[in-house]
Amino acid sequence: MAHSSNPRLQRRTRGGRVHRPPPLRVSTALMLWVPSLTASLLVLLPLTYLALRVFSGGFAAWRLVFRPSTLEVIWNSGLLAAAVTVCSALIALPLAWLTVRTDLPGRRTWTVLVSLPLVIPSYVGAYLFIAALGPRGMVQQWLESTIGITRLPTIYGFPGALIVLTLMTYPYMYLSIRAALQGLDPSLEEAARSLGHTGWATFRRVTLPQLQPALAAGGLLVALYTLRDFGAVSLMRYNTFTRVIYVQYKSSFDRTSAAALALVLVVLTLVLLVIEARIRGRARYHRAAVGAARRAKVVRLGRWRWPALAFCASIVLLALVLPAAVLLYWLVRGWLAGEEFVSLWGPLRNSLSVSAIAALVTTAFALPIAFVEVRWPSHLSRFVERATYIGYALPGIVIALALVFFGVRFARPIYQTIWLLILAYVVLFLPQAVGAIRSSLLQVNPAVEEAARSLGRKPWEVLVYITLPLVRPGLVAAFGLVFLTTMKELPATLILGPFDFKTLATVVWGAVSEAFFARAAAPALLIILASSLPMAFFVVREETHE
Amino acid sequence: MSRAKISLLLTALLMALVVVACGNESGEATPEPSASPEASEMPGQSDTDLESGGLVIYSGRSESLVGPIIERFEEETGIDVKVRYGGTAEMAATILEEGDRSPADIFYAQDPSGLGAVAVQGLFEELPADILERVDPRFRADDGSWVGITGRARVVVYNTDRLSPEDLPSDLWGFTDPQWKGRIGWAPTNGSFQAMVTAMRAIWGEERTREWLEGILANEPTVYENNTSIVAGVGAGEVDVGFVNHYYLYRFLAEQGESFPARNSFLPGGGPGSIVLVSGVGILKNAEHRDTAEQFVRFLLSEEAQTYFAEKTFEYPMNPAVKPYGDLPPLDSLNVPNVDLSNLTDLQGTIELLREVGALP
Repeated sequence: MAHSSNPRLQRRTRGGRVHRPPPLRVSTALMLWVPSLTASLLVLLPLTYLALRVFSGGFAAWRLVFRPSTLEVIWNSGLLAAAVTVCSALIALPLAWLTVRTDLPGRRTWTVLVSLPLVIPSYVGAYLFIAALGPRGMVQQWLESTIGITRLPTIYGFPGALIVLTLMTYPYMYLSIRAALQGLDPSLEEAARSLGHTGWATFRRVTLPQLQPALAAGGLLVALYTLRDFGAVSLMRYNTFTRVIYVQYKSSFDRTSAAALALVLVVLTLVLLVIEARIRGRARYHRAAVGAARRAKVVRLGRWRWPALAFCASIVLLALVLPAAVLLYWLVRGWLAGEEFVSLWGPLRNSLSVSAIAALVTTAFALPIAFVEVRWPSHLSRFVERATYIGYALPGIVIALALVFFGVRFARPIYQTIWLLILAYVVLFLPQAVGAIRSSLLQVNPAVEEAARSLGRKPWEVLVYITLPLVRPGLVAAFGLVFLTTMKELPATLILGPFDFKTLATVVWGAVSEAFFARAAAPALLIILASSLPMAFFVVREETHE
Repeated sequence: MSRAKISLLLTALLMALVVVACGNESGEATPEPSASPEASEMPGQSDTDLESGGLVIYSGRSESLVGPIIERFEEETGIDVKVRYGGTAEMAATILEEGDRSPADIFYAQDPSGLGAVAVQGLFEELPADILERVDPRFRADDGSWVGITGRARVVVYNTDRLSPEDLPSDLWGFTDPQWKGRIGWAPTNGSFQAMVTAMRAIWGEERTREWLEGILANEPTVYENNTSIVAGVGAGEVDVGFVNHYYLYRFLAEQGESFPARNSFLPGGGPGSIVLVSGVGILKNAEHRDTAEQFVRFLLSEEAQTYFAEKTFEYPMNPAVKPYGDLPPLDSLNVPNVDLSNLTDLQGTIELLREVGALP
């Protein structure tokens, strides 16, 4: 039933009556549309900037775009994005199911651990993987001393980029699938079981289709992250489109051609957005019946818990323990060599506070956007929701330079203060929050809200007392995603942050870029530790609420 | 119960962090006694600081390299210096976007091409003669818009387990020999490498440079992201030799000890493989703190600062009174080709050539 891919803007309820959204009151409309439109204006700034740059450059700007080899790097980028998305889904789906639906031992700990690879900046992750698994890396050194292997097969190129990006991005899908599974109405699955479906058939025909919006939203984030990633692909020596853009900025200081190339990235993003819209369709995902949703029955794993544990453990081992172990090794080696360590208290504070503020502000902007798009679908609301992805698809340096351009001209009072930086984070990370909240909101039957309205509640009361508690998993996922990605954000922080504003990520970058690995190790470990704290907090809180 | 406790504990921890995080926001009130001088302040106050005098630097050189010497300058003069650290390209692009609205007084770049990009747009003010005179004309801009602070020699780094210095050819041409197939590491996206290729074009001409690039490509070099990863790769034995700047090796030696199996070779044959690139500074036309900026540049060229660079970043000092680090051959003894660094700003031509031969995407 969740499978009807009716693209109509109006919903059908069970009886087949056309269910019209209640008319918007002016005050509610203002409350929802003002922040939505503000956000989309903000998100469209980088696009405006790119257009200005390209048009001021004339036709010469496009010369690079129309090279034959451009097609090849676009193909490389597309291939990598598709492969990383598929692999991430294969990891994230079982992980989410195991940690939400089963009696897997240590579920909450696993939830935190498998989400954490998200905070490892991809260039650091790639460094760590090369150090560990490179042809002459640590694993090889160990194998040489034990069984005499002098060289491991190369991980550079497509395989290396695929492995690193998958391990760094699958948490996007994990977190959004997890939120969707939590909000899923178990009665559908129970009905399927009672009609004689096996567990697997139920999952395939009932559960999976209902997870489609979450899969699509998470997959889109993974694909776009891969498209715009620069750090991992360049260390893994895989030529993608974003590398071409960076070469243009870094090597020839040519902002015009770089802008033209970035516009191509925008077009690629639009293609992905269309694909995602096709996948997610306009079906209904909320519970059919009125009344409170029950918690799904916990699946007893029995003997299967051992392979399940092994699966979780191997992912955590690869994506978290391995990088952390290399960092520890660097730390100890530097410490033994007499490396002095500076206080990281300031950067830690900055990282935590700026990430928390960014997560709050972004979630606050995302809520009305998702709300309008789900409850009062229109061309405009859909445009606003889709537009948020544009900022996410562009390399960080493009967003940062766009905000430099506008900030220094039109927003001088907040230029190079934390506030413009926060706005940059909003532009960069808004779709993460919108996607998470949207998939949660889709699971809430509007009839519940209407019931509250008909009982005399004001719209804001409905929002605060009915809707927000029901979409809590989505809000948590939104906050978590933005928080974790802000912890590692680099280009915007460097370019737009206040003077002498250091975060853990900028300290790591400053050290790694100059080969001071020991100095990079402590702040990098601290990013992981500091991020696990709020994650653990939310997971624990969630479970105590239930 | 235990869940509630854990939850409470975590809440308390998080609150503590947030409180601490916000505690400093009000600014002036409580300077923490233990905070290191580097510990950054919460922002929101930077605007007022900007007007209150001092100095604003956009640094394309990382804090681990120049932070200590900037601190020293602050201590000695009592001047409040604001620094923005980033990559040279990012900082140059930022200045270009800001144009004459830039709050920066000084642009401190890792390489001449970054300085050139800003100079070409006419955003630099000519430096006073007394500053320019301190530096060999080879290591500063013709028009006096920027001046070199430290030098970085191009060298070949080799794995000492596999090779001894005698096995190496006398100049870069030797590496086009098929015996080097699969043994070379290079970083075509790296700024210093590209500056070297630009020097090749200036010295050898377009055709011979293309020949060399194609010769190296025929030997299937391993592509690295930057100098650091080349030195790491040579040390790990992934490749036998790599084209790098001289000083990265010393950082590995400092961190991993003398047993790190790689050393530098200053190619005796000279040519573009032996050029010396500079990091340098320029003062922006619209600099609000022009006098302080000049004072800072003079300080960077002083014996104190130059000794710091020689000893701590292992780069070549530009001040002739200061000796280079350890057993580094003196700058004069290097077979440095006579090429003007200001002419090394034609990067687009180099990028195009590298793209044509297939070394760049």
